Amino acid sequence: MDDVTHRLKKARTGIEGLDQMTGGGLPRGRTTLIVGAPGAGKTVFSLQTLVNGARQCNEPGIFVAFEEQADHIRANAAAFGWDLPALEEEKLFFLDARIPIDTVHSGEFDIGGILAGVEARAQKMGARRVVFDAVDVLLAMLDDARTERREIYRLHEWLQSHDLTGIITAKRSEQGHLLPERYDFLQFMADCVISLEHTRHELVSQRYLNVAKYRGSDFVEKQSPMLIGPGGIHVAGPDPMRMDHRIFDERISSGVARLDQMLDGGYYRGSNVLLTGAPGTAKSTLAGAFAAAACRRGERVLYVSFDEAAPEIVRNLASVNVLLQPHLDAGLLRMHSAFAGFQSTEGHMMELERLIDEHQPRCMVIDPFSALLKAGQQYNASEMGQRLLHRGKAQGITTLSTSLLEDDPRQTPSTEMQVSTVADTWIHLSYEAQGGEQNRALQVIKSRGTAHSNQIRELVLSDTGVTLRDVYTVGGEVLMGTLRWQKEEEERREAQRAERELQRRRRELELAEAEVEARMRMLQRQLQAQRAELEQLAAEEEMRQEQRQTHSDKVREMRQGATPTSDGEPN
Amino acid sequence: MTLMEEATTTTSAGEQKHLMLRLYVAGQAPNSRRAHDNLMNICREYFDGNCQVEVVDVFASPQQALDDGIVITPTLVKVAPNPRVRIVGDLSATEKVVLTLGGRMKRK
Repeated sequence: MDDVTHRLKKARTGIEGLDQMTGGGLPRGRTTLIVGAPGAGKTVFSLQTLVNGARQCNEPGIFVAFEEQADHIRANAAAFGWDLPALEEEKLFFLDARIPIDTVHSGEFDIGGILAGVEARAQKMGARRVVFDAVDVLLAMLDDARTERREIYRLHEWLQSHDLTGIITAKRSEQGHLLPERYDFLQFMADCVISLEHTRHELVSQRYLNVAKYRGSDFVEKQSPMLIGPGGIHVAGPDPMRMDHRIFDERISSGVARLDQMLDGGYYRGSNVLLTGAPGTAKSTLAGAFAAAACRRGERVLYVSFDEAAPEIVRNLASVNVLLQPHLDAGLLRMHSAFAGFQSTEGHMMELERLIDEHQPRCMVIDPFSALLKAGQQYNASEMGQRLLHRGKAQGITTLSTSLLEDDPRQTPSTEMQVSTVADTWIHLSYEAQGGEQNRALQVIKSRGTAHSNQIRELVLSDTGVTLRDVYTVGGEVLMGTLRWQKEEEERREAQRAERELQRRRRELELAEAEVEARMRMLQRQLQAQRAELEQLAAEEEMRQEQRQTHSDKVREMRQGATPTSDGEPN
Repeated sequence: MTLMEEATTTTSAGEQKHLMLRLYVAGQAPNSRRAHDNLMNICREYFDGNCQVEVVDVFASPQQALDDGIVITPTLVKVAPNPRVRIVGDLSATEKVVLTLGGRMKRK
């Protein structure tokens, strides 16, 4: 809508989403046509624009009512909390232009009368905006198509010549087309055409605002969900671009100290956290812990539940020492319960956007998020979900969503998976049944920007609070609860036994050593003995030899005396 | 600024059906001038001129026009006798005007 060449000046309506859609509001000094069925909100819309114009843009306005009594309009306005009496001093004027029902026609006439009155008033007030509500009633009084056309153009030109931003409302036709055929010219004449619609689909109704035409720049027809809330009309506006996200480095607590450790400090501020798990796995408890931690930091929190009423939630959390009541009382925490089936998805989403605008939270819980993932009437499921998350990111809100997921997330493709791609941190809670017992397990499946442990931890809820316990792995198996305790006991006993065994073996070894030594000594002695024996024998043998020699010499000596001579003669 | 015109002619029967009328006009717009002319004719021809006609110009007296709730011009209001009626338009549908004002279609 940024049209540099034409610089079409725009008049803000003060309805945020619409001003965004149109790039600044309605065309200033021109005519805007609002079309809708009875009850679609045409009167509220035009009055709201006038009130906002007077209050926010310092543009006084005149409301010309062809159908409704001024008092009724004032009463409606009061119901929305618009302080009309204060404005009516100088900034707002109601003109009752109802034509009595018993008025007789005779011949041609025109709307000069009313224009004169409005003109005088406009000059006196310095009015910049004028609403002509329910011109179709006026037109009904005119006899033929030519006259109708003429009078509307008179109106249009009058507005232009006085440089007033004009809003004309008319009832839409019952059939498909926007207006009854004879009023088609209204659309052609107007510079901007907005239609308000109200569709019903399977008992759930949803309102939409459609900018069908906007003359003066390249324009694409835009539609947006809308609701009529306690403060007036609220329009959803365009989906914030992903580029608008603010990036934070700060970590904020999850509410569970050990979990913060696992995540290097906690969740990134402004990020989306997804908690999945089967029913009863304590998703809401973790969500509550997150909310409580944020409140303790003094931050405003919005807690939206599609499952339970606020008092129940507070009570259940109190039983695990997560205390929300003080924060509710202090006004930091705002809890909103809605029943998923009562409104369309667009309706829920708009309600949330309205609550965000009102409460301005820094942190938000949506429990369960899956309530928003049903397909809306005009938008598909993931669009709705992502839109809300984008909006949160654009405003730097840290959003924690819970979602029902029965099975192991890595094995189940589903719509939730699409949301998981938007999530920056994904934590899965499950039950591990072992040995006749159920224990809660927590696992960080994904955490962008954080190195996290893949391990499963045991989630323990007690009346002192929520903690995580280290997991016990044995032989590739994870153990928790009493089984873990049993196993720990077993291990302890086993260690003791091993210790004892070790000592026993030591003693045995010592004994063996001693034994061997003894034996060795004995063998050595034996060896020595044998050696000695051998020596003895050798010595004896030597002696015997000597003796034999000596003996032999002696014998010879005794026999001789002849010792054999050299001539060899015997005597 | 208002114009008071009184056309008084007594009927032959002496009856005075005195109408008090107010005609709101948009300056010199064609409709308005026609209405004025037509009204004068009707008064003369069907009411023996027994009409008191006040002419209010909405451009000259916008506040009065607002106060009296005048949206369309020209508008003719029968102020008296009761009932009060309104007729919008240039009063060219004579029969309607006469009957609405409580008169009869017999020319005098």
